[in-house]
Amino acid sequence: MSLPSETAIALPPAPPSSVAPRRSGWRPADTSPLAVLSAVRGSSVATELRAEEINAWFGDHKVLDRVSLTMPTGQVSALIGPSGCGKSTFLRILNRMHELVPAASMSGRVMLGDQDIYAADQRVTSARRRIGMVFQKPNPFPAMSIYENAISALDLTGVRADRVVKDFLVEDSLRKASLWEEVRHRLHQPAGGLSGGQQQRLCIARAMAISPDVLLMDEPCSALDPTSTRRVEDTIGELRGQVTIVIVTHNMQQAARVSDRCAFFLAAQGQPGVIVEQGPTDDMFGSPRDQRTRDYVEGRFG
Amino acid sequence: MTTLTSDLDPGDFGEPRALTTRYSLTDRIFRGTSRSAGTFVLLVMVLVGGFLTAHAVRAISSVGVVKFVTTQEWSPETNHFGIAAVLTFTVLIAMVALTVAVPLSLGGALFITEIAPPRLKKIMTSVIDLMAAVPSVVYGLWGLSYLQNHVVGLSYWISTYFGWIPLFKVDGAEPGNPLPNTALYTSSTFIAGLIVGMMIIPIQTSMMVESFSRAPQGEREGAYALGATRWGVIRSVVLPFGKGGIIGGVMLGLGRALGETIAIYLIISPVFSVSFHVLQNGSNSVAAMIALRYGEANSFAMSALMAAGLALFLLTMAINFTASMIISRSRSGAESEV
Ligand SMILES: Nc1ncnc2c1ncn2[C@@H]1O[C@H](COP(=O)(O)OP(=O)(O)OP(=O)(O)O)[C@@H](O)[C@H]1O
Ligand SMILES: [Mg+2]
Repeated sequence: MSLPSETAIALPPAPPSSVAPRRSGWRPADTSPLAVLSAVRGSSVATELRAEEINAWFGDHKVLDRVSLTMPTGQVSALIGPSGCGKSTFLRILNRMHELVPAASMSGRVMLGDQDIYAADQRVTSARRRIGMVFQKPNPFPAMSIYENAISALDLTGVRADRVVKDFLVEDSLRKASLWEEVRHRLHQPAGGLSGGQQQRLCIARAMAISPDVLLMDEPCSALDPTSTRRVEDTIGELRGQVTIVIVTHNMQQAARVSDRCAFFLAAQGQPGVIVEQGPTDDMFGSPRDQRTRDYVEGRFG
Repeated sequence: MTTLTSDLDPGDFGEPRALTTRYSLTDRIFRGTSRSAGTFVLLVMVLVGGFLTAHAVRAISSVGVVKFVTTQEWSPETNHFGIAAVLTFTVLIAMVALTVAVPLSLGGALFITEIAPPRLKKIMTSVIDLMAAVPSVVYGLWGLSYLQNHVVGLSYWISTYFGWIPLFKVDGAEPGNPLPNTALYTSSTFIAGLIVGMMIIPIQTSMMVESFSRAPQGEREGAYALGATRWGVIRSVVLPFGKGGIIGGVMLGLGRALGETIAIYLIISPVFSVSFHVLQNGSNSVAAMIALRYGEANSFAMSALMAAGLALFLLTMAINFTASMIISRSRSGAESEV
């Protein structure tokens, strides 16, 4: 089951001030559990993400050339294209992970709502908090339990929450990732003991626990078996509407199944990657305008 | 569908098969060489331990184990000797060394792996390696002729303000005196420990750097992607992963500190009565005592020194053994691999 909205949840009577932000300057004025929850979890509304004129380099090597893409509120956008055309690079620019690579640089703007996340007054940590990410290889923290993994973002960003709020967040995020039923009886066992597919859904739960506005996924199913892949796809379906999703995939059926919109990336030999065509998934697969798109989605090259 | 058939006779099931392997010639040579190297290392350990024990028996049996462990003085000539004082000072010096070295190595290693830009990282790594290559007698000389003069002021300050803590008390200190008698603060456990601390920083640091830099990139990025600060990543990924390396480094440093001879020999002025006043003039160590006394020792005194050596040997063995147990139980090396 998925929980429709926060207000529908009955929490036990309010402990006074259950959440105290450690570093960040804010403190919820209203300290009832619901207000506290929404303070922890931010605005919790899906938001439009818009990349404008993105260029990217690794050292002198240019890998993206003036890429612009709008990822509409609450929809699933798929990025497709052959290997090495810059999909991962583009995705990592969307939540400022690109700059972790030494010698990597970029230009352009990434607008989250009406805010440029690269603006000088924006903190890189708050951009990453609002734009979550799931990686190709499941990467839960193996030394932590499932429970601790699910709410690791609170600890990592210096938000202190009490037991009631934590319990709620763990259940809520694990439900969102369709993992709750499988792990509810072993929450305190190490996350390393889960199967690959479960680990990947735990990573989705971990990202969802702080209610990001956007969720980025880089080939989230490529390390998984068909059943786990199905579960993750179902999870994406459940999250549609609650959060704006951007997914990179090499699997055309998957792109067709899960996405509302699609963007086809291509890099000509020795050239930086560009978006050849983008639009609603049905159009991209049914009646592509560009011959290269048609060839690619029909599996004829790439 | 066909039924499964097997040429194995049904009684064979459940019986484990004897597994035989044929090795190629190169493989056999390699196995032989590495096995004999391993055996040789073990043999040397056993020989050293056996040699020490054999020679120590005479001295220990003449005073008894209990007296040997509890006596503070060291005068084999009058059959009155024991390791209570030297061993205590040895441990105290090692503790001072660790107190100084562990935070510095930990901070240094985290700086090198997590914060320093690539260029600086290279430079710092080679400086650390260089520090490790400096012979201990050089550290000793430097400590004696330079560091000591600059540290007595600190010793004086600590003993003035924290002298009420027994550890920092200095007998005969005159806190109000505008011209304090600095000789009271020289050649102390504290200064010896400080020098030894400098010496063990490089081994500890390089061991920690080694283990921190192996922390899986996937987990680091996972933490950063959740909005973690650098400190958050260090706390939740790097330190838990590097725990084995930290403990290993500390234990390696401790072993080195306990066995350090020449630098301590140069700095301390030997005393043979237990004192926990680390800032006060006068200290000792097992290794330094052996170096100091063996020249004038007759065969019985030599046996007594062997006994002291044996005690140190057993102590370091116990520490290393504990360390390897702790390391093997911690997680270093394991990843969130599927
Ligand atoms: N860390 C890096 N350092 C240097 N070059 C890089 C780095 N990461 C990627 N590149 C280069 O950038 C280009 C785009 O890589 P990217 O990983 O974005 O491709 P991709 O579309 O995600 O490919 P795949 O589908 O195989 O994952 C490639 O030419 C690659 O060689
Ligand atoms: Mg990629």
